[in-house]
Amino acid sequence: MSSDIYKDIILDYYRHPRNFGDLPDPDVRAKDSNPLCGDVIEMQLRIRDGKIDDLRFKGRGCAISQASASMLTELAKGKTLDDMKALGKGDILNMLGIDPGPTRIKCALLGLKVIKLGVYGYLGQTVTEEVKQLV
Amino acid sequence: MLVENAVAINIAEIREDFPILKRTVNGQPLVYFDNAATSQKPNHVLNVMDEYYRNSNANIHRGIHKLAEEATLAYEQAREKVSKFIGAKHAEEIVFVRNATEGLNLIALTWGRSNINKGDKIVLTIMEHHSNIVPWQMIAKEKGAHIEFIEIDGEGILREDQVRQKIDNTTKVVAVTHASNVLGTINAAEQIGRAAHQVGALFVLDAAQSVPHMRVNAKEIDCDFMVFSAHKMLGPTGIGVLYGKKQFLEDTPPFLGGGEMIREVHTTGATWKDIPYKFEAGTPNAAGAIGLGAAIDYLNKIGMRHVYDHELELTDYALEKMSQVGGTVIYGPKDPNRRVGVIAFNLGDIHAHDLASILDEEGIAIRSGHHCAQPLMEFLKVPATSRASFYIYNTKEEIDVLISALEKARKLFNL
Repeated sequence: MSSDIYKDIILDYYRHPRNFGDLPDPDVRAKDSNPLCGDVIEMQLRIRDGKIDDLRFKGRGCAISQASASMLTELAKGKTLDDMKALGKGDILNMLGIDPGPTRIKCALLGLKVIKLGVYGYLGQTVTEEVKQLV
Repeated sequence: MLVENAVAINIAEIREDFPILKRTVNGQPLVYFDNAATSQKPNHVLNVMDEYYRNSNANIHRGIHKLAEEATLAYEQAREKVSKFIGAKHAEEIVFVRNATEGLNLIALTWGRSNINKGDKIVLTIMEHHSNIVPWQMIAKEKGAHIEFIEIDGEGILREDQVRQKIDNTTKVVAVTHASNVLGTINAAEQIGRAAHQVGALFVLDAAQSVPHMRVNAKEIDCDFMVFSAHKMLGPTGIGVLYGKKQFLEDTPPFLGGGEMIREVHTTGATWKDIPYKFEAGTPNAAGAIGLGAAIDYLNKIGMRHVYDHELELTDYALEKMSQVGGTVIYGPKDPNRRVGVIAFNLGDIHAHDLASILDEEGIAIRSGHHCAQPLMEFLKVPATSRASFYIYNTKEEIDVLISALEKARKLFNL
């Protein structure tokens, strides 16, 4: 990893997270942590017509985990649940515009894992191994 | 702060003994400040273990042949070395375990299971490592006992009023760390031990962070049990020590059953060997014990007084330099004489993991996170901290490298 990952945009989302807080009457909530470092992310989703109508996140942890989760909330808004299931590591790296490297990639993927947990939970479907292994 | 005979040791020469210190990390010379997690190993330890496997390897205490005799002798000599190093009365008071964690589990799950009853109290401190919390929680749940935690003051020092209040007639066990792996605080072990013994409670000392860095004498402290790990004191991983007063070890039932720990086995039951073998079931980590013996020889050659004085000088220097970096919050006692060489800190709103990443790029290894002390983190109301911890081979120049890296992190985060 290189400290180039601390671009202004990452720091901006870390210090001024978008879509942070609680959603009134969410259809589903999901929460997970990275046991290695204690980073925590919770996602609250409102779903209409198979799409993410609105969402919020809460959490604490490093700049990468918090910025990534916040940027993901913006990316996810309006997307279908199938879109969310298809979203992968590559999409997150594109979104961040950085490569956090092997030890920090899990920080970047925590938000994605949690939003997918929410989607699978809402659909009443079993979470895939692939999702479980994101973090 | 410079101590009279500190000149007697030559750090440059000591560094030569540690091959890993010659390597680079991300193109920078390694600055290893994660010693509270594990220490590096000198050539002497590596060579002694290598020599053992090449020339004397055999299963100890069993064979009649020459190799078994040599291996057994080396293993028992290691026990003698440990015994002298911590001032035990008898070598049989030294039980080899995997690490401090296993030692604490052994105490809780054997002595604890036979002596702790419903309604009893177990007194710990808020600065304990998870290894000195979880085994007690397990046994407390099993027995219907409860746990109370002695809290700390604003400087990370145990509150004496709570030591007096919480250790009372219902207390069965007082288990305390000798030195905090986060705050660095050196606790008044003898005083806490006296309070425990006054009410007839068992006094257990977690010495994982003290034995590697200062002279610790189990007899003077008068602890009933004490644990530490070899890998934090220049020795190998996978070997640790449980010290127990003879009487307590004799009165405690075995932990694991199997070979090596029995006197006789029949279809109807078994009888145990005497201490310490009663607690050493299965083929032990002989190479590890021998490596620990070599680490003790190495530390004795330097002298624990010198080890302590050198680290005190580094800690004093680091505390002063780090506090001059804008935005740093340093946890634990301000007076370096009250700590071991462990400094937990935060820098502005930079999360500890981000800081560790930035320092890693400069070749500096520090720890970040909750340091296996989540109750303490909750008490301090911080999710995580960074931690720099020193050993005999670290230098002031390395602390200067840390300080410039912290300044770089401040710039990156626009602090």
